[in-house]
Amino acid sequence: MASGIRIRAKLEDGVAEVKCLMKHDMETGTRKDAKTGELIPAHYITDVTCEHNGKVVMTAHWGPAVSKNPYFAFKVKDAKPGDVIKVSWVDNEGATDSVEETLE
Amino acid sequence: MQLQRRIFLSGAVAISALLAVPRALLAAYPAKAFEQKDPGDALKSLFGSAEHSPSDKITLTAPDIAENGAVVPISVATTIEGATAISVIVEQNPQPLVASFDLTPGTAADVSTRIKMGKTSNVIAVVQADGKLYSTSKEVKVTIGGCGG
Repeated sequence: MASGIRIRAKLEDGVAEVKCLMKHDMETGTRKDAKTGELIPAHYITDVTCEHNGKVVMTAHWGPAVSKNPYFAFKVKDAKPGDVIKVSWVDNEGATDSVEETLE
Repeated sequence: MQLQRRIFLSGAVAISALLAVPRALLAAYPAKAFEQKDPGDALKSLFGSAEHSPSDKITLTAPDIAENGAVVPISVATTIEGATAISVIVEQNPQPLVASFDLTPGTAADVSTRIKMGKTSNVIAVVQADGKLYSTSKEVKVTIGGCGG
């Protein structure tokens, strides 16, 4: 299955600027279903892990207040062409997704 | 509430099962900190202390006016040496802690994302370095009516 994360990385002076867009509803658990009036259960990404050549360089913990289809940008130091950046997430229901990008 | 708790717990179990090995060295998801209703309590739960001193070495980029509170772009960067974590707090949100980023020497202290804001509020960026907390804040006006006001 194709990844639901879109990733772009730009390498400049040894620093890789990584930008990702993740496909996720990020449901807060406080909204009501318009038809039934029942609360829509919370469903959001809790952990995002960023790896640089297999080594974890950043973990992000998110609450439900991160916007729908989250955007996340960060910078990886000591990067060079050919390095692999991997971004993966896990949500509160245990679903996961990941993507890998090779730096140019 | 009971149902949510169950879903959350089952999720938490699945997460720990899936990531037991690679995550062993990293901090577990700070569920308690995200549940707190007060910014101070959230910081206390996350870092063990709510005391933070203002710092001009933190750059918080956020719009003055957000026309759509569901998508507010923010960036936090800092030049404080040895920053180990960046947290974003929206004072007036029902759950003030929005996100927390654990940094390593392999990453620059510079993150961007988009957040939800229920109403006009101070956004506080908290940086942990050398066991101490530093912060900077900015008020973001949220115009829900969408008139661009």
